[in-house]
Order: sequence, then structure tokens, then C-alpha cells
Amino acid sequence: MDGNLNALTTVFTEFYYWVTVVFMFLIHVGFCMYEVGASRRRNHMHTLMKNIMIIPLVTVTFFFFGWWIYWAFPDFPFFGGLNHEMGDANLPWSETMATNLSDRITGVFWAAFLLFSWTAASIVSGSVIERIRSSALWVHAVLIGSVFWIIDAAWGWHYAGWMVKYLGYHDAYASGVIHAIAGGYALGVIMVLGPRLGKFAPDGTPRDIPPHNPWLLTIGIFLIYTGFWGFYAACNVPVISPEVIGGEITGTTWTATNIYLAPTSLSAITFNFLMSLSGGLMAAYVVSKGDAFWTFSGGLAGIITASAGNDLYHPIQAMLVGAVGVVIVYKLHYWVEKRFKLDDAVGAVAVHGYSGVIGLIIAGFVLWGAPSSPFEGYATVSPLGQTAGAVIMFFVLGFLPGWGVSKIQAAMGVLRIPEEVELQGLDYAEHHAYEDAKADIIAADKAYLAQK
Amino acid sequence: MSTIGYESWAVDLAEVGAIYPFQGWEMTMTVIGVIFWIGWHRIQFKRESEHLEKAKMLGDTDKITAIVERYWRGLTWLGAADYLLPP
Repeated sequence: MDGNLNALTTVFTEFYYWVTVVFMFLIHVGFCMYEVGASRRRNHMHTLMKNIMIIPLVTVTFFFFGWWIYWAFPDFPFFGGLNHEMGDANLPWSETMATNLSDRITGVFWAAFLLFSWTAASIVSGSVIERIRSSALWVHAVLIGSVFWIIDAAWGWHYAGWMVKYLGYHDAYASGVIHAIAGGYALGVIMVLGPRLGKFAPDGTPRDIPPHNPWLLTIGIFLIYTGFWGFYAACNVPVISPEVIGGEITGTTWTATNIYLAPTSLSAITFNFLMSLSGGLMAAYVVSKGDAFWTFSGGLAGIITASAGNDLYHPIQAMLVGAVGVVIVYKLHYWVEKRFKLDDAVGAVAVHGYSGVIGLIIAGFVLWGAPSSPFEGYATVSPLGQTAGAVIMFFVLGFLPGWGVSKIQAAMGVLRIPEEVELQGLDYAEHHAYEDAKADIIAADKAYLAQK
Repeated sequence: MSTIGYESWAVDLAEVGAIYPFQGWEMTMTVIGVIFWIGWHRIQFKRESEHLEKAKMLGDTDKITAIVERYWRGLTWLGAADYLLPP
């Protein structure tokens, strides 16, 4: 860190990403609260444990190989080999992947990406509650969190990714690279996993399984909203000079950039985050006729739909994109549920998957012709490139692996819990020590009172 | 002798890189870490399968009913948990 300006920039960037990580932690807290609020009481402990253990499992695997994938895979395997120069510096045995005074950024940048990984895995976790084996979900968590999403990030969320170069793929705040892929993955899993017992009447009519605690759900989703501020900020490079970018930008004006190193500002994304949240909430309230569950989720769906282009949209565009996305997502959710008898317990496929896909396609039209990158020779944003990107995210890297791995797990008999256990509740089956302890202490208290 | 390679901080920090203990053993530490991770999955998978198999054959209806009853009448988180109480 030679020179005061360089030192200040480095320390500011280090602290900036660190703060985003703290904020993004709230997304996981929110997901946990949301899942527990949506689950029935006999499954609380299991639901919570299932989501909490995503944290360590995705963290260690993202350290072991996830982070390396991001740096090694931008062209691999279709447009070149592995990038060993960048990849090797991010292997778990690299000196910069540790306490190192000559590199103050890798740790916080790694953590910012890692928190995205938790989110991707947690999205899948919500849709499968109350009937999946924890062991099965945790394999999926590692795959979506430390393999598939980070492959898509290398391809489409990296300044040198092949999707950016050749398709003009633009996804500034991860409509596709996090939400579409996680929603697609969840869809693949629940197609094989099947619905919860009682979800569908004998004639196939879906039954509502209402959340047991709407307040917990509300606080959960508000924590997710809060964490999304960190998510958005983490998608930016906070301050960088054109000289360091090394692209076609002229002059000496420093700027914030998106992940592609193309210019934007924190102010712009603040406008658009709030306006797309508002568009989503308003449209969801109207389309769901005031249903609380859908209205709150609609705010999130609005943000997710607009996220692909929220670095460049006008705030009113962000609002309208969010609103239009929510209406389509709502209709699509119920059509798919009825048509294919799929039980997405928290609406994750819709709120994340469908919103992400729709957001990518809309961005292709609204940002048609805009440069996807500051570097020469990259394709510009187009509806075709964005639609191809949406298919890659949702279907190729999301749905197919989720469905394929679940098929293998189902064939081995290790995907779903036994029916008897589902009826009596997972907490007794897997956390019986907790239940037995409760029963024992209640019996002891009663016996003591009886002696008095 | 120091495990981190420095016995004093009387150094120019511009010349300092890694300062963690046992430098040179990164690959070994990675192997140990991966074994720990895979081993955890193995232990958890085996234990969960046993739990589910046992739970499947419990057949103690009274005990299960009592557990379910406690769920309904138990926690009152945030004052809203009674909203689905059975009649």
C-alpha cells in the first residue's frame, strides 16, 4: 500500500466489502425466520437446523473450491481452458487466502461472494421444507452454493466471463446469477421430491398450508429486505480509476462500477432498489387482493425482477419493471402449481426463479444496445443475449443439476423422509433428544408439584 | 524461533506478506480440512438414517400426540403463535 491515496482506497474498499457481509448476514437470518414461520410446529427445529448448517457447509466448500472456480472458469470449457494464473492465486493453499498483509482485499471479496452462495442455497432450502432429508439438502446446498452458482458467476458475472463477451449478458444485481439459478434448481428438486402430505386434495386441487406464524414471516422478509442493501452494495466496486480498469473509459474521473467494471453509482442503485421494491409491493397487493404472504414476497420479487438492470434504469422504469414482473410471477406460480402439482412451500421458485428470468429478458429490451462492459469488442446488451442467459441460468445450471442429483438421491432412497416420520413431524425423528428432554423436565416439574 | 516467521514487529510492513503459523503446510492443512468436511457428511448421513429408521417404527401414538399437543399449546412467540390453535 504505497502512497496515501492508494492506502486510503484499499482500506476503504476492505471496509466497504466487510460492511456488505455484515448486512448480508441478515438475509440468512431472514430466510431462517421465514422458513420457520412457514413450517408447521412439529418441524421447527429441523427446518431451522437445515438452514443454519448451510452456513458452515457452503463456507468451507467455497473456501476449498468455490472461489477457485470463479477465477478459473470465465472461459472454461467452451471458449478456452482454465485460467490458471487467476485461479491459482485463489486456491485454498494460496498464501493470499489467509492472513496476509500484502493482500487486504481477497478475504472480504471472498466473503461477499460467499454470502451470495448462502443465499442461493437458502433459496432452495425454503421450497423443500417439511419433507426432505437434511443430508440430501446439504448435498444440494454445497452443489448450488459452491459449484453451480459460482460457475454461472464466472461465465456471466465476471468482467471477463464468456457470456458477457459474446452474449452481452448484463445482470448487475444478480437477477439471473443468483435468483434464476436458485429458483430453477429448487424447481428441479421439488419435481422429484414431491409435495407435502395433504398438499393436494384427491382431485388434485391444491390446499393452502398457511404459515403458522405470520409475524415471524414478516420480520423474516423485512430482514431479507435489509440484507439486500448489503447484497446490492456488494455487487459494486466502490471506487476505481479508469486507469486501473484499463478499458475504454477516458479521462481521470474515479467511479463506482458494477461487477463488469462498467460505471454506475451507489446513489443510482439506491433509487432503483427502493422504487422496484415499491413497484413490487404495490403490484403484489393488487394482484393478490391484499394477501399478506404475497404482498411481502412481491416486494422482494419486484427488486429481483429489476435487479438485472438496476445499475442503469431510471427509477420509474425500475418501479414498472418490478410491478410487471410480480404480476407475471404470481400468475405463473399458481398455474404451475395447479398444472404440475408442485409444492413450493415458500414460493421460492416463483419469487426468485421466475422473477429472475423475467427480469433478465426485460433488461434485454430496456437496455438494448447498451455496452455490457468497458472493454473493447464485447457484445452489447440485447434481448437475444439476455434470453439465452436466462435459459443458461434457470435451466442449464439450475434446473438440470437439481433434477438430476435429486433423481439419483431418490433412486438411492435418501432424498425424502419416510411417510410415518412426515406425519409425526421431523423434530421428534431427528431431534428426539430435545423432545425427550422437554418431556422429562415437564414430568419432573409435575412430580415435584404433586409432592407439595 | 516463531511459528509465524517473525519474532518482532520491527519490520517495514511493505515487505511483509503472510503472517500465519506453519507457512509451507498449506496443502496439508487443505487435505485435513477436506477430510474433516467429507467426514462430517458421512457421520451426519449415517446418524440421520438411523434416526429416521427408528422414528419410523416408534408407533407410540400417545407420545406423538402429546408432542403435537405441546407444539400447539407451547410457545407464544411474539404473541401470535396461537393463531392456528385447534378448537
